[in-house]
Amino acid sequence: MIWIIILVVIILGIIFLYNYLVKLNIRCQNAWSQIDNQLKRRADLIPNLVEVTKGYAKHESEVLTKVSQIRTEGTMSQIAKQSEEVSNSLNNLFALAEGYPDLKANEVFKNLQIELTGTEDKIAFARQFYNDTVQYYNSAIMMFPSNIMAKILKYNEREYFKVADEDKQEVKVEL
Amino acid sequence: MILKAVRTNKIKTGLIITLFFIFITLFVYFLSRIFFDNIYIAAAIGLSVSIISAFVSYYNSDKMILSLNNARPATREEFLQLNVSLESLCIAAGLPLPKLYVMDTPALNAFATGRNPKHAVVCVTTGLLNKLDKYELEGVLAHELSHIKNYDILLSTIAIVMVGFVTIIADILTHSFIWGGNRDSDNKASAIIVIVGIIFLILSPIFVNLLKLAISRNREYLADASAVEITRNKEGLISALNKLETQNEPININEATESLFIINPLKGKKEKDSIWSTHPSTKNRIARLQEIN
Repeated sequence: MIWIIILVVIILGIIFLYNYLVKLNIRCQNAWSQIDNQLKRRADLIPNLVEVTKGYAKHESEVLTKVSQIRTEGTMSQIAKQSEEVSNSLNNLFALAEGYPDLKANEVFKNLQIELTGTEDKIAFARQFYNDTVQYYNSAIMMFPSNIMAKILKYNEREYFKVADEDKQEVKVEL
Repeated sequence: MILKAVRTNKIKTGLIITLFFIFITLFVYFLSRIFFDNIYIAAAIGLSVSIISAFVSYYNSDKMILSLNNARPATREEFLQLNVSLESLCIAAGLPLPKLYVMDTPALNAFATGRNPKHAVVCVTTGLLNKLDKYELEGVLAHELSHIKNYDILLSTIAIVMVGFVTIIADILTHSFIWGGNRDSDNKASAIIVIVGIIFLILSPIFVNLLKLAISRNREYLADASAVEITRNKEGLISALNKLETQNEPININEATESLFIINPLKGKKEKDSIWSTHPSTKNRIARLQEIN
């Protein structure tokens, strides 16, 4: 009788661990897709911005076009690094636009600025959310006993969405 | 803290729905007794009317409140900055995007309604959009999102609609009880109306005060604190509350919906908090916000 009870408890424990890890994994994927959506959205908006601003800030627009070519391959920290380059380049362009009153009054430019600043905010929030989720996931797959289940499911540690320390020096955009 | 708030709100909502259900059932039961001698028929009518009205008010209360306050949808084309701000805050709060409405008035105010995060509405006045900068607006929106997250919207929306419904019935009944007393031919019917009328006369002020008690002022403090957690910027909300307090203008709203708003829309109230006030004083709220690190 006692063995049956122990067996049942163990089976329930396995089911619980399995569901727990699968849920955490899905949560990470969802968190990542939020960042991904916003990166794509930003990449879609940038050509329009370049179109509007190239008459005023030719060089900056070209830099922006160059850095914003989507590179889907690469590690998380490479994507994060590219994202940061685009952000810096965008900020440069918006700072420059302050000097052109007729550009600032342009309705299309105004809307693009609101949209793109919003996308920047969304990326920042989504990244915060993603990193929190990954931290939770990573500690779960390292802790006993869920680490055993993680091995069976072949779940590996996930990378944070941030610029790796060794890449950090290169982030400066040449102007 | 938030989980506890969610549970309390759900329990209180259940209580209000139960009371509403009993009240409507009894009311319709006594009314039907005038026409039917059979108590089973009367009970059946009473139950079905209260089931239907409970369902209708549960699923439509947000729409009723929006139309009571003449709100209209805020399209992305017309209110781009507002929509974009709400979208980013929803990502930060981990909430689905609520529907967005505006009220055309120079007053500064905002409210949220709905029954759960998937069926939620945020509504702001156009005055708010003109007077607040981006960070202040985000503070206000985050405050409303916190009400959605805590299920405050469920409790207050259901309370307003259901208690409002009962109060309206009570009003009609007491009037007909006072003015239409002598016209009757049927003795039994008039006796029932008199009894029901007296019951309503006693119950309706109790109901209205119950509503005010159910909606505690602490939820405003909690929503302010959670708003800062979402935006990570308390200065925005503090300066927004300051503007709401000092630069506000009278607003034409339905009085029953008063408790929903971020700041008490009915001005000329005393500064002190009492157990009957639906909103804490703005000074206290700002003081508490400043304590947050």
